[in-house]
Amino acid sequence: MAESIPKIRILKGAAPDLSAATFQIHDESHTIGNALRWMVMKNPKVEFCGYSAPHPSEPHINVRIQMYDNLSSLDALIEALNNLDDLCATIDDAYTVSLRKDKYEIWEEKS
Amino acid sequence: MAFQASTSSQSLYDRRRHVRVDAERARDVSSTDFPGYYPDEDHSWNLEKFKERFRVKVTRISNRSIEFDLVGVDASIANAFRRILIAEVPTVCIENVYVHNNTSVMVDEVFAHRLGMIPLNVDPALMDMRDSTGQATDRNTLVFRLNVTCTRNKSAPKDATDPAVLYHNAEVLSSHLKWEPAGEQESVFEGKPPAPTNPNIVLVKLRPGQEVDMEMHAVKGVGKDHAKFSPVATASYRTLPLIVLNPRKPVPPHLATKFQKCFLPGVIDVDPLTQKVCVNEENMRKETMSREVLRHPEFEGCVELKRVRDYFLFNIESEGAYAPEYLFPESIKVMRDKIATIRKAALALLSESQGGGGDVEMV
Repeated sequence: MAESIPKIRILKGAAPDLSAATFQIHDESHTIGNALRWMVMKNPKVEFCGYSAPHPSEPHINVRIQMYDNLSSLDALIEALNNLDDLCATIDDAYTVSLRKDKYEIWEEKS
Repeated sequence: MAFQASTSSQSLYDRRRHVRVDAERARDVSSTDFPGYYPDEDHSWNLEKFKERFRVKVTRISNRSIEFDLVGVDASIANAFRRILIAEVPTVCIENVYVHNNTSVMVDEVFAHRLGMIPLNVDPALMDMRDSTGQATDRNTLVFRLNVTCTRNKSAPKDATDPAVLYHNAEVLSSHLKWEPAGEQESVFEGKPPAPTNPNIVLVKLRPGQEVDMEMHAVKGVGKDHAKFSPVATASYRTLPLIVLNPRKPVPPHLATKFQKCFLPGVIDVDPLTQKVCVNEENMRKETMSREVLRHPEFEGCVELKRVRDYFLFNIESEGAYAPEYLFPESIKVMRDKIATIRKAALALLSESQGGGGDVEMV
C-alpha cells in the first residue's frame, strides 16, 4: 500500500556534513517532539535544537539541530534517543519499585 | 521515613526549581537546566545524576484511579506521558455496527455512536491492531450481538405506571451485549469473557413493539483516532504548590485567622497560644493556589507563592480495561516503542549516509 513514507527525512538545506539539519519525523507529535528537543538540548555539543509541528493536519514534526565543531547532528539525535530510552527505563523501574514497596492509601471508589 | 519528609526537604527551597506565582502572572516558568545556561556549570545529560534526583512515589490508589508523585523530570517528559495516556495507549472499542433492525426512537447512526462509547473489559494485549487492509480476523476483531425486543408485561398490576414494571425490556442496557466467540477467541479470552465494564449503561429506551437487532465489531485503536479509545477518564498532573513565609515579616497575630482563611483548610496552621502562623507541610500539596492571599495589602511581603517546576503530582483515572496502576507503565511502554521506531530509522539514515560516502539523500 502507501507504506513508502519514511519515518525520518532530512529536509532540504541541511549542511553536507550534517552539522546542521532539520529532521522531519513522520507520524509523531509534540509528545515526542518536546521530550526529544529537551534531551537533544542536554547535549553540550548542540548549538541549537528546536522543533515544530508545522500544521495540525499534517502528521509530522520538524526537529532542527545545529551542532558546534561541525559534529554530526544525526549522531546527536541518536544519542538523545538512547538517553531518552534510558530515562524511560529508569522511570519504569522506579515506579514499579514504589508500587511494590511504598506505603500508600488504598480506597474504594464508586462508579 | 525519607518520603514522609519529602515536602519539607531542603532541596525544595532551591530557587532554580521554583515557578513564582504572582497575583497577575507566573514568572520563571521555563526550566534552565541546560548546558551553557549557567556559566561553569555542567548540565549535560547524566543518567547517574538523574537517578540521584529522580523519585517516584505512589500516594493513593483506588479501584479506578491512582495518584503518584513524579519528581525530578522535566515538564516535557511528564507531559509526554500525560499525552500518551490520553491519546496513544490502545484499548478495544466497538468500531463497526451492522444494523439488522432498529425500530427504536433513536436513529441508527446515533445509536451506533453510543455503542462505540461503551468501555469494554478486553485486555488490549490479547488483540492485534487491524492492518491497513482492514481485514477482520479472530485476532483483531470481537463480535457482539444485541437483540432486544420490548413486550408488554401481561402480569403487571393494573395501577402500575413504571415502564420497568409495565414492559419487558423497557431499557436496552450494556449488559444486553452478547459476545460471540470466533476462531481461537474462546480459549484466548477464557476466564474473562469480553463484556462492557459497566453492565448498567442505558443505551436506549424501548416501548412495546420496538426492537433493536445489531451486530457489532470491536477493534483495537488509540485515542488520537477517536476519543472512545482513550483508556483514561482523565490523566493530568499539577506541579507541587510551595508556600514560603517570610521570616523577616511575620503575619501579625491579630490577622492570623484571616491569613489562614486565604488558603485551603488545613494548609496553614495557627498556634492557638501565640497566634504564630506556619505552613502544614503535609497539606501544602492540597493548596489550590487561588492567590487570595495576594489580594490583601496587609499580607504584602509576608508570603511568597511558588510551584516546584519539576515536582509533578499525577492523577490518572482509568476507564475501561486497565487497572489504574498499570496505565502509567503502559504509557512508558508506548513511549519506548516510539523511541525505538525513530531510533531504527535514524540508524538506517546513518548507515545510508556512511555507506554512500557522506552523500545524504536530500528530499
